[in-house]
Amino acid sequence: MAYGTKVLDHYENPRNVGSFDKSDPGVGTGMVGAPACGDVMKLQIRVNEQGVIEEARFKTYGCGSAIASSSLLTEWVKGKTLDEAGQIKNTEIAEELALPPVKIHCSVLAEDAIKAAIADYRKKTGKSDSADAA
Amino acid sequence: MRKPIYLDYSATTPVDPRVAETMCRYLTLEGEFGNPASRSHAFGWQAEKAVEEARAQVAALIHADPKEIVWTSGATESDNLALKGAAHFYQNKGRHIVTVKTEHKAILDTTRQLEREGFSVTYLDPEPDGLLDLAKLEAALRPDTILVSVMHVNNEIGVIQDLAAISRIVHPRGILLHSDAAQSAGKIPIDVAALGVDLLSLSGHKVYGPKGIGALYVRRKPRVRLEAQMHGGGHERGLRSGTLATHQIVGMGEAFRLAREEMESEGARIRGLRDRLLEGLSDIEEVYVNGDLEQRIPGNLNVSFNFVEGESLIMALKEIAVSSGSACTSASLEPSYVLRALGRNDELAHSSIRFTLGRFTTAQDVEDTIRLLHEKISRLRELSPLWEMYKEGIDLKSVQWAAH
Repeated sequence: MAYGTKVLDHYENPRNVGSFDKSDPGVGTGMVGAPACGDVMKLQIRVNEQGVIEEARFKTYGCGSAIASSSLLTEWVKGKTLDEAGQIKNTEIAEELALPPVKIHCSVLAEDAIKAAIADYRKKTGKSDSADAA
Repeated sequence: MRKPIYLDYSATTPVDPRVAETMCRYLTLEGEFGNPASRSHAFGWQAEKAVEEARAQVAALIHADPKEIVWTSGATESDNLALKGAAHFYQNKGRHIVTVKTEHKAILDTTRQLEREGFSVTYLDPEPDGLLDLAKLEAALRPDTILVSVMHVNNEIGVIQDLAAISRIVHPRGILLHSDAAQSAGKIPIDVAALGVDLLSLSGHKVYGPKGIGALYVRRKPRVRLEAQMHGGGHERGLRSGTLATHQIVGMGEAFRLAREEMESEGARIRGLRDRLLEGLSDIEEVYVNGDLEQRIPGNLNVSFNFVEGESLIMALKEIAVSSGSACTSASLEPSYVLRALGRNDELAHSSIRFTLGRFTTAQDVEDTIRLLHEKISRLRELSPLWEMYKEGIDLKSVQWAAH
């Protein structure tokens, strides 16, 4: 299959690969997907006291489009509030990377990953509603 | 751009230059362009002579009589003709067929069609090494079984089924044995009498011949009957109508002649390269060979690199042309059905790469491949959350995954 130039760029030079300490109270971790389905994404965010994502890291097991979707997401969420980051839609990721229809699920997985990371952070800090960024 | 290293010889092979040169002599006005079916002039006679010589060359490789060879467009058509042709002819005797889950789609999709027509088909599971348990085969046979189809060599994992032993089980029961030999012809010796096959499918382009040509061996003693699937001018003794493609046929004939001459020395050389490739990968952690390593053609190595997804690995290996057992590259997101049938877990099935070496593979190709694999596997594992968990000592089976 021929890949788009943006997918190739993120695949060749993935941004923000790595891991934060999961037990750090300022870190939210989202792990989505399953090995059986051929893709697993781990996305972590480090959030400051103002509820702004300062840094993001990812590791992905999956095809090039899955790696590119998660790499792109780490760039997009940096500097965003949790609410803003939670608004990112898979269609925006798919559009930016020009994913073909069979790879749309990779962008869905990326959206699930940021939502899971945000939920994990909120659970840790005990702020279940979205008013924390105020 | 430099061309990638070609390690996908089971997908197709380049036409041997000697074959291409032969084919060129059967196309133009200066060459033998006649219709082999033309009986009224020398153009036809010459073309017919070339076709019959090629038929003898193909027959010789499998120790058959030339009269037992029927030209087709390729192994897929041969499989269709063998299965549908035998099923339709013998349906009054019985309507049950036995085959294996790891067969090529040319078999599995054809048996699905026969099921739609009212035939009953048993799909056997292979053992974890890819080979068939003959006791299970025997247990699947019924009084109304008319045909058993087992491929000689599997296209993904390269394992060789024991056709001679299978024929000893099916023949006393009056059941026909068909085998798809697209991946074995020219790689290992084939003697249709010794193997006891009644029908054998062959392909030109897997043996350094052209695409678009194949053959079906149809046993004459005792005679195997088929109902034609292609009707027309009654070519190939009524079994397959259609003007014979002289240039394709002489190409396949020359390719099979070369295979017969060179198979032994070529096989030894390719086996050496394949073994070197495997040895070169042995210092990478969590690498698993898929399929039996002994009962296997020389040029095939199918391995799973645990915790690395196959499609991303193929993307990383853009300097090497290989194929992945993971079918994510096609529209479906299923891992290899062949590896699943062997009982490989999903991760390993998703992480497999098939390397197939051939006539033009060099020692340098293999060394470059080994070097690139070390580089790319370690890069992708740095990216893999599964590798990270494995290194932390987490049992991946104990994790509750959110399947999607």
